[in-house]
Amino acid sequence: MATDVETSVTEYAKPLPPITKLNAPFWEGTKQGELRLQTCNECGQRWYPSSTHCPNCLSRNWEWKAVSGRGKVWSWVVFHQRYFKAFEEDLPYNVSFIELEEGVMMMSTVRGIDDSEMTCDLPVTVAFEAATDEQSLPYFVRA
Amino acid sequence: MADGNGVSVRDKTAIVGVGNTQFGALYRDVDPERTSYELALDALKAAIEDSGIEKSDIDGLLCVRTPQYQRMADVAGLHNLRLVNALEGSGRMAGVALQYAVMAIVTGQAETVAIVYGNNGRSVGERYGGGFAGDSPAAWDAMYGMTSPGAAVGHMWRRYMHEFGATEDALAIAAMNNRRNGAKNPNAVFQKPITKEEYMAARYIAEPLRLFDYCIINDGGVAMIVTTAEKAKTLKQPPVYVGATYSATALTNYYTTKDFFYSVIRDIADRLYAAADVTPSEVDFAQLYDNFTPTQFFALEGLGFCERGTAHEWAQDGRIALDGALPVNTSGGHTAESYMQGHALTVEAVRQLRGQAGERQVANAKVGLYCCPAPICNAHILHV
Repeated sequence: MATDVETSVTEYAKPLPPITKLNAPFWEGTKQGELRLQTCNECGQRWYPSSTHCPNCLSRNWEWKAVSGRGKVWSWVVFHQRYFKAFEEDLPYNVSFIELEEGVMMMSTVRGIDDSEMTCDLPVTVAFEAATDEQSLPYFVRA
Repeated sequence: MADGNGVSVRDKTAIVGVGNTQFGALYRDVDPERTSYELALDALKAAIEDSGIEKSDIDGLLCVRTPQYQRMADVAGLHNLRLVNALEGSGRMAGVALQYAVMAIVTGQAETVAIVYGNNGRSVGERYGGGFAGDSPAAWDAMYGMTSPGAAVGHMWRRYMHEFGATEDALAIAAMNNRRNGAKNPNAVFQKPITKEEYMAARYIAEPLRLFDYCIINDGGVAMIVTTAEKAKTLKQPPVYVGATYSATALTNYYTTKDFFYSVIRDIADRLYAAADVTPSEVDFAQLYDNFTPTQFFALEGLGFCERGTAHEWAQDGRIALDGALPVNTSGGHTAESYMQGHALTVEAVRQLRGQAGERQVANAKVGLYCCPAPICNAHILHV
């Protein structure tokens, strides 16, 4: 039995945004089961995806804060066409546009539900799937 | 905030020349060496000949989708201009380019502006989706397999069905109408009408949208010559006047807008009709930017042809046909004629207003409207 080769986990083949100084706390949150959004300390604005300034008051004085992870499905599509090779085996797959309770829109997916049960305004809550050691993927399930 | 009632551009400029490449022939002849520049040049040559101007009369050049204005100007032999720029190769720029040309001419920055567009997307394998670059907002969509404006319009159409009680098959009328009009256009890529059954039987791309809801990916070039109303009166063709042109935006991280661009188009329409002194009932036809068929319905509502949430019903029963109350996309639009990202729709409007649209001519067409629902929405009213 070979002892010099560690069992390798299957490499995560799907696209992931690179970790940057700016977004690192978001990914740290995903590992801890927290959905975090940048939140402005001056005006309270929240936003996604990450940006250096508050888009409302243009302040750099913001921090990453955990949000409820609750929201509803504004709408969804089912991809039948292959655009990404890494998603080929998932076809047909759900892409949902989620309106978070805090009012922020987030592209994501809803899992664990038959397509026939999907509806607009379906209440959902966030869950996480470990993609790499550093990044977990937020997705949503029926609340 | 601009109220749209400052300097009037009404009837101070005219489109005096239009040109385009073949579309069907190029669709059947993929050539990886074909460039956007050569397609734009073919169209520019045709537009100059159509107008009767001298090439040396052109003192403004707006390039769309030909990446470098310097290369475009050089290969066109337009070395000494007073106005030039390149706009990104997105469909929303067709209306923006005309708006900028009109502003430049009315303010004396240029007298005769050529708008040129070249698209070699089919030959180079453009897919309008699947790409994302490193640390970009698109990467935060791509991690879910989300990509392409079609899927974003799919989100909006699903939500529209939910809010207004529309059914999936309501879109068939838009797809069938385009194909029916394309069948009367000898230059259209697709000239075969489709039935509702064929529409419904086609595969989904991003469900709820099907194959025939999607624009064509084809090669082609389009050009227009715009000049002052005074100069237009001395030229070969009947002048097609720009009554008004406006833009307004819904720019967020997403293509999707939660009211399906309604409030933005409504804002444009209010200013447009007032500035051009036209009412919706006086519009003889509409060219509606349809990268995906639901945008036809979004435009019809924002432009006030029907109440909000009713276009899916209003468009049925022949209303948008060539002999209907409001003929829509008379050349076959983006799903039958060509996907020249709005440019060919305005060229079609010009030909209709000149009475040069052949078998698909709308009777007594005097006033035409173009509208693009997109994160930059724009619209213009043209008339003879």
